[in-house]
Amino acid sequence: MAAYALIGGVHLCLVSHVIAVRRPAAMPKRVVSSRKVSSEFYDTLWRPGSQAVTLVVMYGNDFSAPQDASGGGLLGEVEAAEAELREAAARQRGGAAPGPDADLAAYFADVIDADQKIEPRDWMPEAYRRTLIRQIAQHAHSEIIGMQPEGNWISRAPSLKRKAILLAKVQDEAGHGLYLYAAAETLGVSRDELVQLLLDGRQKYSSIFNYPTLSWADVGVIGWLVDGAAIVNQVPLCRCSYGPYARAMIRVCKEESFHQRQGFEILHTLAHGTPGQKAMAQDAVDRWWYPSLAMFGPPDGDSTHSARSMAWKIKRFSNDELRQRFVDMCVQQAEILGLTLPDPDLRWNEQRQAYDFTEPDYAELMRVISGEGPCNRQRMEHRRRAHAEGAWVREAAAAYAAKRAQAKEAVAA
Amino acid sequence: MTGPFDFALALGDDALVAAQRLGEWTSRGPEMEEDVALANIALDQLGAARLLLTYAGELEGAGRDEDALAYLRGDREFRNCLLVELPNGDFAVTMAKLLLLSAYQLPLYAALAGCADERLAAIGAKARKESAYHRDHAALWVRRLGDGTAESHRRMQAAVDQVWPYAHELFAPWPGAPVDPATLRGDFDAYVGPVLAEATLTRPADGWAPAGGRDGLHTEHLSYLLAEMQVLHRAHPGAKW
Repeated sequence: MAAYALIGGVHLCLVSHVIAVRRPAAMPKRVVSSRKVSSEFYDTLWRPGSQAVTLVVMYGNDFSAPQDASGGGLLGEVEAAEAELREAAARQRGGAAPGPDADLAAYFADVIDADQKIEPRDWMPEAYRRTLIRQIAQHAHSEIIGMQPEGNWISRAPSLKRKAILLAKVQDEAGHGLYLYAAAETLGVSRDELVQLLLDGRQKYSSIFNYPTLSWADVGVIGWLVDGAAIVNQVPLCRCSYGPYARAMIRVCKEESFHQRQGFEILHTLAHGTPGQKAMAQDAVDRWWYPSLAMFGPPDGDSTHSARSMAWKIKRFSNDELRQRFVDMCVQQAEILGLTLPDPDLRWNEQRQAYDFTEPDYAELMRVISGEGPCNRQRMEHRRRAHAEGAWVREAAAAYAAKRAQAKEAVAA
Repeated sequence: MTGPFDFALALGDDALVAAQRLGEWTSRGPEMEEDVALANIALDQLGAARLLLTYAGELEGAGRDEDALAYLRGDREFRNCLLVELPNGDFAVTMAKLLLLSAYQLPLYAALAGCADERLAAIGAKARKESAYHRDHAALWVRRLGDGTAESHRRMQAAVDQVWPYAHELFAPWPGAPVDPATLRGDFDAYVGPVLAEATLTRPADGWAPAGGRDGLHTEHLSYLLAEMQVLHRAHPGAKW
């Protein structure tokens, strides 16, 4: 089971596991780039038009409050969600917890209506529980599988500084996987069961990770576009009606924003480097742009789970709304990078106050989801092999722990 | 081998090659927690490597920075011990390597923290804390695997037998170095011996003692490791990253 603790104002999932590494030194390490990214990038990303505010990007649990939490921008939304969460926790719910004869379904509906959080102890409709398990598990699986495409470049990172940043980033993803599995466990399912569902191909992970990382620039693009799209998708989840998921997402979003900045910086360096480096960056953008747009899922009309998830406040914006938000964000950033988004029909629409753009190939998305992407088989085989090859280690750890426990009992007796 | 340049280079290369090998475990660990822990140790080694190589470059005074030293030398110019360049093998081999390495690095960095060279002393003071954790982590796993199942015991003993000969090189006398590694062997034995005993493992007999890393004579493995590590950097001469 996972326990939740309030540490430094942030809810952390504390994972306990038979061979969990609990010492503080094993907590994910952060490598902070000594070079500061220009505030120009930040303003564009998080606070369009605001040149005066220097945003402090936070990560881990040693962050300070931003100087302008109420302002616009995605990170501002994360902050607002966190404040809301604290308020909701402090506020008394409409009266006491329901008595034995209370109408549980009505109570659940009240909590959702009042924008309160459902907690693990609360009654919830079975479909709500199943939907959350599916979504949180898929998210956790994506973090774990997502370690592969970027991990592919750790050994070849072109400078020691980049190697350190990339190692730390991939490590963060393992950490995200861990606390998302812990959030899912609060719904009464075990991490081992969920991992088995992934290995058996019965639960999915984000289809974006079925594309290959062919050059170093792909590492930059994954940070900029893929993590960028993930942030746009996940920021609204910080206000999700299920408390443990909302709390996990607040932390994940903060770290993802750090990753996105690093990806942008890799691309910025390449785009302003040698002609070979610039070509590498453009090629990566060309290959990843449409798959990134597809990360928001099928168009609203074809999305199967959307309406109910919206009603339950698990989901707060439609796929197409989020996709539009992402496109609008990327256009300005691509200009700063000096790279071209591969869409000849991309243009500002004065009437809509948004960019018109070409939709991704949803038939391709469906093919990749169904297993026919370039790397589906490779990613799954890698995961299965790591799991199988680690089996004897996990068995040994369990056997050793059992022997220790027996020895203790013998001493006590 | 003379002077602090060679010494900083040798220690920096140990840490860099160890980091490169540990990084290969990413997304392949036996448990997700272990993926996090191995990446952590890789990051510590990489951090120490960067400090040591940067300092070595300054001592040399030829304008080489950490990346020039890491990416633009061939295997005959690397001065790391053979232990760190050995392939990862299974998880038991990796833990056996880490136990020997950290049981060497910890007293080395601790002694360095008190040496006359201020820069090396500062690096030693920082790295010794990290090495203490690496050694704890490795020892914990050696005990678990040695005293776990029959299968894990067999693998752990085989791993210790495989890497044990490479410990000898770590303590070859280096007179005139800021810390003479020969003085550290006692600390090493005093720690590793009891860990092996608790793990129900047999300490291998001393005999064959491969060496040469400090003189640039490596195993066949290092050239492949460097080829992979350096390929991108070397493909774009003079580029900034």
